[in-house]
Amino acid sequence: MPVVMDADRIARTLTRIAHEIVERNKGVDDLALVGVRTRGVHLARRLARTLKEITGDEVPTGALDITLYRDDLMRNAVGPQPLVRRTEIPFSIDDRKILLVDDVLYTGRTTRAALDALIDFGRPRGIQLIVLVDRGHRELPIKADYVGKNLPTAPDQSVQVRLQESDNRDEVVLEQGGAA
Amino acid sequence: MSAPVITKVDETPAVTSLRRKDLLGISDMAADEITLVLDTAEAMKEIGSRPIKKVPALRGKTVVNLFFEPSTRTRTSFEIAEKRLSADTLNIAIASSSVVKGETLADTALNLEAMQPDMIVLRHSSSGACHLLSRICRSAIINAGDGMHEHPTQALLDAFTIRERKKRLEGLKVAIVGDLLHSRVLRSNIHLLTKMGADVWVCGPPTLIPTDIRRFGVRATSRVDEAVGDADVIMLLRIQLERMEGAFFPSLREYFNVFGMTEARLRLAKPDVIIMHPGPMNRGVEIASEVADGPYSVILDQVANGVAVRMAVLYLLAGGAEHETAA
Repeated sequence: MPVVMDADRIARTLTRIAHEIVERNKGVDDLALVGVRTRGVHLARRLARTLKEITGDEVPTGALDITLYRDDLMRNAVGPQPLVRRTEIPFSIDDRKILLVDDVLYTGRTTRAALDALIDFGRPRGIQLIVLVDRGHRELPIKADYVGKNLPTAPDQSVQVRLQESDNRDEVVLEQGGAA
Repeated sequence: MSAPVITKVDETPAVTSLRRKDLLGISDMAADEITLVLDTAEAMKEIGSRPIKKVPALRGKTVVNLFFEPSTRTRTSFEIAEKRLSADTLNIAIASSSVVKGETLADTALNLEAMQPDMIVLRHSSSGACHLLSRICRSAIINAGDGMHEHPTQALLDAFTIRERKKRLEGLKVAIVGDLLHSRVLRSNIHLLTKMGADVWVCGPPTLIPTDIRRFGVRATSRVDEAVGDADVIMLLRIQLERMEGAFFPSLREYFNVFGMTEARLRLAKPDVIIMHPGPMNRGVEIASEVADGPYSVILDQVANGVAVRMAVLYLLAGGAEHETAA
């Protein structure tokens, strides 16, 4: 069960991404961070803190639950429904540049759902995608703008992102043998 | 089809699904299922504050609202909930004038079933009508009020409203005052509130207190001051003249004098008491206008929360019962 990113590596990676955000957008004016629940929200909050340290400006931060937009929601007629959690976007996304944050980019289906959900909140000037890990195997034409680490994986492996806020430690682990 | 392998676990709740195909009543629900509905409703409530109040969760699902009794609030609330989840809805209102016998109801339901709806929301004047349909229908049945039996979504939205204000249900003194005999809202609320650990008092004229009510773990009294004293929540029930066959009390004016919720009676309760009413209200009978419109009233919050709670119920039942997966 190899650890592919440890706490230091994750911290340095987020700092690098924060600098890339400032460089690409020439500052943080009109930016807002939206994290995909659950771990994307933790990463978005960390990025907001780092951006504040770099620029002195607060970047509004929200949380998006994509459950009700999943494309597999009603596919399997019977079975427990995925848990729905609260979406909290306490600012208007109209005409802002939205930085969408998720922990792992895989098939792209979560990102597709997040894009649809975001558009229901308004008409942003643009959406940029930030992921901590890109593990490949895309099933939709989706690409990240900021990638913490490109991690080649086999389809039967799984990538576990653990963060202090929910798992009491920071690490990214590559696990063998299918669904975790 | 390929579900992401990345698990997104957070604070995992006690249960993540309802263990049932239908919502027939609160009596057979477990406390953890009730909590799941209330938690899910919190997420659903936020959708109502968005510019586009619609999510695609129930796209392609058909929900029939089958109402054999007049209803404005409940039917509208279900319909809005269904539409916010993108379900296709069909309203069938059947005149309440004719007494609908079991066979007719069953036939109606089977004919509807032939058109393959996914869920049927049923209101009927006969207690047990929903249980009958649940036995013969493949669709999920949601009880929107059956006779004098249960009205589960009302109790759930009442609990949601209490929890929103008081942050808990356990240990609260809840006084329910009014027509106890004919009230399905009361029965569902008693089941729910006692399961969640509230201290439930019921109060009404002796003629309107069911004889076996204490069996359900509540305290019953005809002295309104005793019921209301130090209450955290006062819930008023409508005097249901249309269900009364006989004289249960001398006059509506006398009922108001003895049991009506006035500002003077309100002062006996806790200073932060909330006043609830499932509607429709009879002003000047069970509740004084200045109380209904006063600062303690959460009556319109109840209506608003009804949509979120019904969205939660529709969403949670749309996946089907867990045990069917194995079958």
